[in-house]
Amino acid sequence: MERALRDWRAITLFVGPALLVYTLILLGPILWSVGYTFFSGGIISGLEPAGFSNYAKLLDDDMFWSAAGVTVKYAVAVTIGQVLVGLLLALLYVFYLGRASGLVRTLVFFPIVLPTVAVAQLFVKLFQVAPQNGLVNSALSGVGLGETVHDWLASPTAAFWILVTMDIWRSMGFYAVLLYAGLVDIPQDLIESARIDGANGLRLFRSVILPLLAPILVSSVIFSINGTLKVFDSVLALTRGGPGDATTPLTLYMYNTAFTYGDYGYGSTIAMALTMMCLVVTIAIFRSARRDATA
Amino acid sequence: MSQDLSQITATPQGPAPAPAPAGNRLTSGVRPRHPLRTQLARMPLRLAVALLLVVEFVPLLWLALSSLKREREFSGRPVWSLPETFHWENYVNAWTTGNMGTYLRNSVIATFPSLVLTLTLSVAAAFGLEVMKWRGRNAVLLLFLAGIMVPLQMVLLPLFTVYFRAHLIDNLLSLVITYTAFGLPLSIFLMVGYYRAVPRQIIEAAAIDGAGMVRTFWQISLPMVRNAILTIGLVQFFFIWNDLLLSLTFIGDDDLRTVQTGLLNFVGQYGQRQWGPTFASVCIAVFPTLLIYLILNQRVMKGLTAGSVKG
Repeated sequence: MERALRDWRAITLFVGPALLVYTLILLGPILWSVGYTFFSGGIISGLEPAGFSNYAKLLDDDMFWSAAGVTVKYAVAVTIGQVLVGLLLALLYVFYLGRASGLVRTLVFFPIVLPTVAVAQLFVKLFQVAPQNGLVNSALSGVGLGETVHDWLASPTAAFWILVTMDIWRSMGFYAVLLYAGLVDIPQDLIESARIDGANGLRLFRSVILPLLAPILVSSVIFSINGTLKVFDSVLALTRGGPGDATTPLTLYMYNTAFTYGDYGYGSTIAMALTMMCLVVTIAIFRSARRDATA
Repeated sequence: MSQDLSQITATPQGPAPAPAPAGNRLTSGVRPRHPLRTQLARMPLRLAVALLLVVEFVPLLWLALSSLKREREFSGRPVWSLPETFHWENYVNAWTTGNMGTYLRNSVIATFPSLVLTLTLSVAAAFGLEVMKWRGRNAVLLLFLAGIMVPLQMVLLPLFTVYFRAHLIDNLLSLVITYTAFGLPLSIFLMVGYYRAVPRQIIEAAAIDGAGMVRTFWQISLPMVRNAILTIGLVQFFFIWNDLLLSLTFIGDDDLRTVQTGLLNFVGQYGQRQWGPTFASVCIAVFPTLLIYLILNQRVMKGLTAGSVKG
């Protein structure tokens, strides 16, 4: 039997095809991209060896730092929003809705499965001012705040926060379900006995629920950062990076550099910087996972 | 390492036990004797739930209603008014001039072969990595998992170069190949977790009986992980169907665009002027995912939360 489980021909048959496709389409191109970072130009203009000049350029490039700033600011804002709102919702499900929470959970989860382009287009229309007011501007003038009506997405600050709001709106139900699973796993007798000891409301939350929920909260935060660092679809479909470069994250800056300006070398260098950011977060994932396992 | 990984999935994917008794007992602990006071104390929470549902559904309702309005209704009447008549022509416009019919067809052509391929490859690979015993399998698993983290931007340029040389730009095959490869890391990760739950004795018994490993895989283990395959298939469906970056990069020809890039292009061209058809095309783009969610929501929720490592 042991021999059957070590059958090399079977192993090759099972793992080989996946490994081949994966190596050709993912691993190979990653190394190739690393190679590109030492060249300048593109496939149309031709590639020239450039040494470390792309990396030097990165350090001096204001646009790169601004895009990195947008990426980090977005990741932090959306992560805090997603996890916090998700946590509040999960508490609402468990402690208030109880048996009835199934339907609400399912409804609030729903937007995460919608295509980002469709959701973004919906948000564009919500905040639009011309040729006619969208829902938000109409509501504002309806309640007598007519002077606040304007083209929200044309303002850098408003555009960024609409982007953040949209992504929190999409994903809060998802994080709520994730954290709900963690809340339901907390042994009931622990909560009961804390109650008998007189802990209620906020105190019960702070000293009993929060510590027990900590591992899954940490994982949620890390997963969220890992996903939000790669934000692309929402930005492209909502603001196209604008107004100006106010909402251009690294992913979109890389895309424009490579495909609009045809600079493969520098585009790959930006992608490399982004990959490094993701790598740091991923190492954190595995560290926190290990902590879960030993806790 | 593999032990740690199972831990990540184990928490969110477990079937949630019924929370009902817990909820009731907890609230009963604080319930005062005066029903009116209870009612008042619960008001803020009631409002919170109501507000939540409003925030969640008013935009979607507005979208659905607006897709049925005539052009003049947008400027002439308040935005929250109901459509005067159901103006289905918006959908006809979106389908024909908006090309949504073509985009939908292309999305289907790109999505389903990718789904079948990525599921086949990863179900087999996960079996080889989790059930079979060989040196180096942890290293190979880790290699696959690294792919969950890598941003698409890191492989876009080499793939574009290769597809360009192979005349696969503006060919849906380039999407199928890429979706298949990119589906592997997460599918294998989830599948390994499911195989871990399959009782090892059953597989060992089959092996002792002299069934070859290929037959054991096909006849014994595959039926046991059928549900898992459906769940992972759903997760991958949403990732592939909702992809924007890859189809934007590899497809430029309007007749080959998928729903997402087609919609992006359409709203860029007509979105400012023609609200009715735009809303209708957004609705068309939303509809397939809505339909799947209506039928299979519990499984979708379970699958997507299990796949939360992808962020």
